[in-house]
Amino acid sequence: MRAPSRTEARLRALAAERILVIDGAMGTMIQQHRLDEAGYRGDRFKDWPRDLKGNNDLLSLTQPDIIRDIHRQYLDAGADMVETNTFSSTTIAQADYGMEALAYELNFEGARLAREACVAAEAADPSRPRFVAGAIGPTNRTASLSPDVNRPGFRATSFDELRAAYAEATRGLIDGGADVILVETVFDTLNAKAALFAIDEVFEEKGVRLPVMVSGTITDLSGRTLSGQTAEAFWYSVRHAELFTIGLNCALGAREMREHVADLSRLADTLVCAYPNAGLPNEFGEYDESPEAMAKLVGEFARSGLVNVLGGCCGTTPDHIRAIVEAVAGVAPRKVPEIDRRLRLSGLEPFVKTPEIPFVNVGERTNVTGSAKFRKLIREAEFTARSTSPASRWRAARRCSTSTWTRACSTAKGR
Amino acid sequence: MDEGLLDSEGAMIEFLNLIASEPDIARVPVMIDSSKWSIIEEGLKRVQGKPIVNSISLKEGEEAFIHHARLVRRYGAAVVVMAFDEKGQADTLARKTEICKRSYDILTQTVGFPPEDIIFDPNIFAVATGIEEHDNYGVDFIEATGWIMNHLPHAHVSGGVSNLSFSFRGNEPVREAMHSVFLYHAIAKGMDFGIVNAGQLAVYDDIDPVLRELCEDVVLNRKPAPGALSATERLVEEAPRFKGDGAKQRVVDLSWREWPVEKRLEHALVSGITEYIEADTEEARLTVARPLHVIEGPLMAGMNVVGDLFGSGKMFLPQVVKSARVMKQAVAWLMPFMEQEKRDMGLTDRPAAGKIVMATVKGDVHDIGKNIVGVVLQCNNYEVIDLGVMVPFQKILDTAKAVNADIIGLSGLITPSLDEMCVVAAEMERQGFDVPLLIGGATTSRVHTAVKIHPNYARGQAVYVTDASRAVGVVSTLLGDKRDGYIADTRAEYVKLAEAHARGQADKRRLPLASARAKAPKYDFASVPPKAPSFIGTKAFDDYDIGEIARYIDWTPFFSTWEMKGAYPAILEDEHYGPAARALFEDAQAMLKQMIDEKWLTARAVIGLWPANAVGDDIEVYADESRTTPIARFHGLRQQIARDSARANMSISDFVAPKATGVADYVGGFAVTAGIGEDVVAERFARANDDYSKILSQALADRLAEAFAEHMHQRVRKEFWGYVADEDLTPQALIAEEYVGIRPAAGYPAQPDHTEKRTLFDLLDAEAATGITLTESFAMWPAAAVSGLYFSHPESHYFGVGKIERDQVEDYAARKGMSVAETERWLAPILNYDPARILEAAAE
Repeated sequence: MRAPSRTEARLRALAAERILVIDGAMGTMIQQHRLDEAGYRGDRFKDWPRDLKGNNDLLSLTQPDIIRDIHRQYLDAGADMVETNTFSSTTIAQADYGMEALAYELNFEGARLAREACVAAEAADPSRPRFVAGAIGPTNRTASLSPDVNRPGFRATSFDELRAAYAEATRGLIDGGADVILVETVFDTLNAKAALFAIDEVFEEKGVRLPVMVSGTITDLSGRTLSGQTAEAFWYSVRHAELFTIGLNCALGAREMREHVADLSRLADTLVCAYPNAGLPNEFGEYDESPEAMAKLVGEFARSGLVNVLGGCCGTTPDHIRAIVEAVAGVAPRKVPEIDRRLRLSGLEPFVKTPEIPFVNVGERTNVTGSAKFRKLIREAEFTARSTSPASRWRAARRCSTSTWTRACSTAKGR
Repeated sequence: MDEGLLDSEGAMIEFLNLIASEPDIARVPVMIDSSKWSIIEEGLKRVQGKPIVNSISLKEGEEAFIHHARLVRRYGAAVVVMAFDEKGQADTLARKTEICKRSYDILTQTVGFPPEDIIFDPNIFAVATGIEEHDNYGVDFIEATGWIMNHLPHAHVSGGVSNLSFSFRGNEPVREAMHSVFLYHAIAKGMDFGIVNAGQLAVYDDIDPVLRELCEDVVLNRKPAPGALSATERLVEEAPRFKGDGAKQRVVDLSWREWPVEKRLEHALVSGITEYIEADTEEARLTVARPLHVIEGPLMAGMNVVGDLFGSGKMFLPQVVKSARVMKQAVAWLMPFMEQEKRDMGLTDRPAAGKIVMATVKGDVHDIGKNIVGVVLQCNNYEVIDLGVMVPFQKILDTAKAVNADIIGLSGLITPSLDEMCVVAAEMERQGFDVPLLIGGATTSRVHTAVKIHPNYARGQAVYVTDASRAVGVVSTLLGDKRDGYIADTRAEYVKLAEAHARGQADKRRLPLASARAKAPKYDFASVPPKAPSFIGTKAFDDYDIGEIARYIDWTPFFSTWEMKGAYPAILEDEHYGPAARALFEDAQAMLKQMIDEKWLTARAVIGLWPANAVGDDIEVYADESRTTPIARFHGLRQQIARDSARANMSISDFVAPKATGVADYVGGFAVTAGIGEDVVAERFARANDDYSKILSQALADRLAEAFAEHMHQRVRKEFWGYVADEDLTPQALIAEEYVGIRPAAGYPAQPDHTEKRTLFDLLDAEAATGITLTESFAMWPAAAVSGLYFSHPESHYFGVGKIERDQVEDYAARKGMSVAETERWLAPILNYDPARILEAAAE
């Protein structure tokens, strides 16, 4: 284990005393301003060749007062930590607007605005330290899923492309004044692993080390991430990064998220963070759980000792955060459990080598020296002979599945 | 993955990307195996889980080793470390331990690698090569394993086992025996990983003792007596004798017949061999004072071994059921002697661990799962009184009283059985029972048991049992001294579940029926007019060729009946289930052949095709093209789910052209069975104390009925309706449903109302045509039967109606001419409200 950074030590000391609160949705708050195309463009981008309405992250450059004010509202509501307005500030996500070149600046400015808001809040009440969480979203591409059912081996992005994009975002966030890096709304764990890889590289390059938070997204009631992992498998996939917190956000309301948060709470030997949506979306796609209802649900998380950090995702507002702050005041934070030293691997599902498993057999037929048939298949590049038609699987899956997966934040244009 | 001629990086990428899209494979962690770092790194960039890298080593010096280890950590993987350094690969014990220790210290101290994520490979080399220096390689590895376990905390040991027997290439039986002997000793020292072809690994205890001894001498490098041949020389000399004829002919090994009788009984039970059981049981009986002592002694001891193996996941359900068959036949042999003894001495029955009365409830005919549970319980010395299928509650309760049952178990497959189970629970309460009530079967669930059954039976306890493998644990707890704690836990859990359920209920918002109807899909019927079938009316098929039907069997559900989860045919090669699955499949094929050759079963079907049009959510069926007077009306239920997307709210009627369009459309119906004679076959096996064959025959009849439905659907599409005359799909493609049109069944998600079967059966005159009858709960008898409707529309697809609101229930009841209360009873599982609560509210 590496020695924790100073910020991490401070945060951990605070978290040992009470439950920390992170802010609520940015997208929901921005929507209230009903900005038009011109509002998004500002002066600087008035001649930009593509539509920019909906590029919320751009507002850090064109409407800094709005963004800073949203941070202020959350800090006033009692949030200990605010997330930067940088969910989609990667070259990959900004490609939709042709704004790849602005990625560093978006992250830098996003962090700077949040920093300013925190400095102001700390000046008003020096007894209460405030923190900037530099948000890194999932991008709009997946590294371990094919967007084309007819080409299961195809990928729209790669680990190296993601790693470069995330490294740039991380540099901007650190330079702009982020205290913490938050890899959030992880619906494909391989994307998150690329982010963690990049963050570790940037830390090394800059000679700094910030606390890292990872927050996954269980996309629907099947209890899996979009890329198919259970919460436990997801945790084992990212555990190597020595995280400050592991947790979940988005897609589900607190009620649906609870069992998965409970799983992480039981298994994680670090702090646990949860910031659910304000319920599930109604027929208009809106999140309408009231602050009181949501605070009641997450208040129970707190009293049951499940969490160390709480907040809100889609549909939550400063009122929600205020209600949550009240609900957790005086509630003891979760104690980090002692977890047995075991080899903990994962595919879509976890595998823990316990003493009850005396011997683990590694399949050897997909090894060119172990299997003549496999060697021949590899040589002739006839992989498909090994797998049944993915299209038919899809059909079958579609027929069985009654659950619909909620679109994650990224596609819903920011939290 | 290494090989000069391959594009190894490309192959690694392509392979990992492909398996990521196969959920059955992607479930488990991956080991990325290459001696080239660049290939490993490409692999690490493609895996979302936490994999194992195989391998890194000190071969290129400390700097490269540390660099690779840091990257492995950064990519989030565990690692295999080969005992290899700048000087070469470690061969002796001293070299192996030296390199492993040095690697461990660097990893844990310099790199900060967690020791539990380190797996050492201290190199398995070929032995018996004829070169004397190689003779101790096996011993060196085994001892190095022990040293690592004792000196390098939390680390693991692995190895590629097939290297060991390299000099016996071409002689698989000898290689298997060597691997098995080697693993036996290495695992004892702590080797906890290995790369082994599990399909080709002999069980240590099953190896011919002579061969085993020879292999052990070689692997453990035992020194020969002065002047005698060396271990290697002896194995080389003897090896051809064990080679077999190359075609891997299975030699029946009868050496166990030489063992003492207790051992023989145990072996027969564990291996499921009935051939000698009567003779052995008789031999055992002659050695003890009372016949009962054979049961209490060697037979129970053998069944305990079976129970332990099953409990630890080393035996699977089909094997356990086979063991039970052996047990039953042994007990049957002893019965007359025990009866005689009873008469002579006035003794009582043999004591059982407990008595369990089991039944499939009134109105339901499905009992495969219940039969399996019964067998597993009997294996564990419980007395099971199985009342069969369609059992009214009074018979269950009278029997339970008469035999003084300790537990009652209920099973059911169709949704109306859920209601019947509540009735049984309420009657148990009323009639003063307090014994536990076990609930199982395909439609039952923990939530239903907690919410609907449990509140009816306060005096005792209703307990939901997931599957056969859990049954023994639940029963033994309920009859043991932990009973009270367990019941208290169950109660607490059910209260929580019921509360969570009630909270969840209140939240599920549904669309009003009118809004749901407004979201019905608008298909274009006019531009491509529906195809008219080749005939109008019904057509019956008697004594259909079962050989033809068998080609269409989907085997995957067959294995899941036996609680073996995995897709066919991959399951036959599965590392875990493979051997058991292959044995079961062989038995199934053999019985299927007999079923066909000896005509055990008769298959019958009736299909119908009629002019039809949709009217609202219903479908009117007409006798002829004049479409004047409807001869029947199929009722549809519409999804009321409130979605945030534009997706339509479906009803089956959407797939038929509305009357108002004036388009001439059609609908089909069918009822098929492959189960005429099923009960006679099952009864025959039951009488022969052969539960294994009984359950196997029922499972096969079930599969044949499904296959028949699949096959008949294809004929309807190509021939009788003919809307895709040129369809050319293999049976596999049919199983994957790669065709146009659907055949939804009443009582299943697209139309959850079982009572619709009555309309279909009347229209088809199905009872007369096929001999299939409907029970009061609308289950089909024989159980191996399928019925449903045919839709041809290109957009037709399966969907689930989901939960519905009271407005639709009232509307549906009016359309069906049924009271709301009765409709609510049949649709209970899909109501989005509690009818009782609405009644209460109305009364207030």
